[in-house]
Amino acid sequence: MDNLLDFFSNINASAFTFDLNYIADKVVPVLNKGLWVSLSLIVPSVILGFIFGVVIGAGRVFAPPRIRRLLDLHVTLVRGVPLLVQMFIIYYGLPSIGIRFEPYVAGVLSFTICTSAYQAEYVRGALMSISQGQIKAAQALGFTAFKSVVWVIVPQALRRALPGCGNEVIYLIKYSSLASAIVMMDLTGEAVGLASQEYKYTEVYVMLGAYYLAITSAATLALYFIERRTAIPGFGRLAAGATK
Amino acid sequence: MNPENYVLCARNLHKSFAGKEILHDVSVAVGKGETKVLIGPSGGGKSTFLQCLNFLIHPDQGDVFLDGRKINSANKRELYDLRQQVGMIFQDFNLFDHLTAEGNVSIALRKVKGMSKKDAHARAIHELDRVGLSRRADHYPAQLSGGQKQRVAIARALAMDPKVILLDEPTSALDPELVGEVVAVIRKLAAGGMPMLLATHQMDFAQALATEIIFMEKGRIIEQGVPEALLAPGARTRTQDFCLSLNQMGNQNSMQLCCHSQAAPSPSAPEE
Amino acid sequence: MQGSFFPYSIMIEAFSEFFANLGDNLLLLVKLLPVLLKGSGITVIVVAGAMLFGLTFGLPLSVVQVYGPKPLRWLVSIYVWFFRGTPILVLLYLIFFGLFWMLNFHFNEILAVILIMGMTSTAYQSQIFRGSLQSIPAGQLKGARSLGMSDFQAIRSIILPQALRISIPGWSNEYSIILKDSALAYAVGCKEIMSYAKGLAIANGNLALAIYILAGIIYLIITIIGLWGLRRLQRKIRIPGYSHA
Repeated sequence: MDNLLDFFSNINASAFTFDLNYIADKVVPVLNKGLWVSLSLIVPSVILGFIFGVVIGAGRVFAPPRIRRLLDLHVTLVRGVPLLVQMFIIYYGLPSIGIRFEPYVAGVLSFTICTSAYQAEYVRGALMSISQGQIKAAQALGFTAFKSVVWVIVPQALRRALPGCGNEVIYLIKYSSLASAIVMMDLTGEAVGLASQEYKYTEVYVMLGAYYLAITSAATLALYFIERRTAIPGFGRLAAGATK
Repeated sequence: MNPENYVLCARNLHKSFAGKEILHDVSVAVGKGETKVLIGPSGGGKSTFLQCLNFLIHPDQGDVFLDGRKINSANKRELYDLRQQVGMIFQDFNLFDHLTAEGNVSIALRKVKGMSKKDAHARAIHELDRVGLSRRADHYPAQLSGGQKQRVAIARALAMDPKVILLDEPTSALDPELVGEVVAVIRKLAAGGMPMLLATHQMDFAQALATEIIFMEKGRIIEQGVPEALLAPGARTRTQDFCLSLNQMGNQNSMQLCCHSQAAPSPSAPEE
Repeated sequence: MQGSFFPYSIMIEAFSEFFANLGDNLLLLVKLLPVLLKGSGITVIVVAGAMLFGLTFGLPLSVVQVYGPKPLRWLVSIYVWFFRGTPILVLLYLIFFGLFWMLNFHFNEILAVILIMGMTSTAYQSQIFRGSLQSIPAGQLKGARSLGMSDFQAIRSIILPQALRISIPGWSNEYSIILKDSALAYAVGCKEIMSYAKGLAIANGNLALAIYILAGIIYLIITIIGLWGLRRLQRKIRIPGYSHA
């Protein structure tokens, strides 16, 4: 009991500051700088991650069994190991065998590897959800294999994969904060640097959180509108409520 | 049977899956204005046979002729041409779920036949009108009833100007009260002289439309002949047995039609 | 081009050096392994603690979000929005330094991490349970009420047993996410796998790659063991004919 009292008497509320001027003068300009670095990491990683995700996901459905097993293993490994470990392997580990990357390259590389594995999972699920009947109907109308992919399989699969892939983009936005661990001066990196200068942790980190919340909320909203615009009654995720 | 006299002709088709024989030496031909009806127990090979005709399933052996010309299915061009000219109606409709009724009908016109968007749209609306659904053109499959879906599927097939239509149990997946609207459309097609090959369990329907009934079981054709002959009272054919067994399972419709058919005089042995 | 990007000669040199001293290097790795394993213990404690914390608070939150009054539902939504929209690393910094530190709340890093990750997991788990609760057909609640159960009784003894079963796949997912997130705890000085791995890699530069790969393998093993356990649990409480989609 005494311990507990000690513990609470240690709490020093006066140390708790929230300096609005400091936020306006110092925190916001620094975070804005970091924001651009974060975006420069996120955007290429999202694009590359989606491209590779489609390739890996399609491979896991259509490739010959041996390649399929290899891709399955790849996805399991990447999804089973923390992103931080992958980044450390690439940025701090590989130099021990002579492979060195710029922090930016290492960041985009590890984000792309990681996010593409997750995207591949959604792409694979979407492709597998397309029924044989849809493909047969296209064939019966004289569609070539290529045309049935372009006009039937892809439009359906993309819609089914969209919610998952969109979520994955939001995850990537959040996990881009790990770039600070490989000395990138992204949002988080700048914030950590600034916080260690004047120990105004609360101001800096509250604002840092606000920045990420703003980005992820905007992305969530954008995803919602894209989903709504591309939604088809009774198709995919909206199946339950849409019919009559 | 000489393929040259028929629109679509299959000769000596064989098909096995994993060592199990699904089709054994099946030959069927459909001529101008003819409606041939495949009946028989489920799993008897009817569906496989129909899908072999446009090579959705590739037969192990045997030939398919369209307008007397043998199809070389290894030639992609020829294969796609065949499929454009042979309409197919599936049991579970297989409408493209991401497209409206209009989109379902027009997509192949545009992407396969290369029609302009405007022409394809006009044609699609025309075909939907023929099946009584032009007002549903903007509906997606999930917003249509089963009967409406199947009518859209028929419009989709008709829009391609097929020379013959294959119907794989077109009413089996429908609620009983929705069967009528689809049957009406198919009857109209038959009356218009569209050559058809129809697999069905609906005996009344089969009897009313068929120029010939083909009874299939275990991948073989057991009997075939005009309905009046196969279903005549006391005909003692396999077809009639099958028909009676459907009755016992409570199919009142077919009982009436099978047993009290206005039917023809002499039971004749299956052809060939 | 490729030659300049991948310095093969250096790689070959590094590999041949590694293998030339294979005995020594392997011996060193084996000596380092117990250190990493010590970190694994902390990782497991953090993950188990955060999962339990999230279960304890996430379940009531989900019930509130589905069956509770509107103002409470909004409060829960705001909580969930905050913890799901902010990166876990930022949450660690924000709460550990921005809140605890500033309040002079210097308590054990492990406890702090469990608390922070637990609060985050509360948000995620509440959404897993919410999905499960909403997937239970309305007829179940009606059936329970028709037997004279109170809403509380109905939720406790009819709805939750079904919802929890449906939640296991989501829970497995959450487990592997928390485990991976726990790697970030080193950022606030928690002595788990990655903090040891980082220390070891700095001390033994030539083995950095091997050490981080070893760390990755340890995470994989913990993932596999945990998922295996959850699958067994799922099988054990399976009800015939009841879908666990």
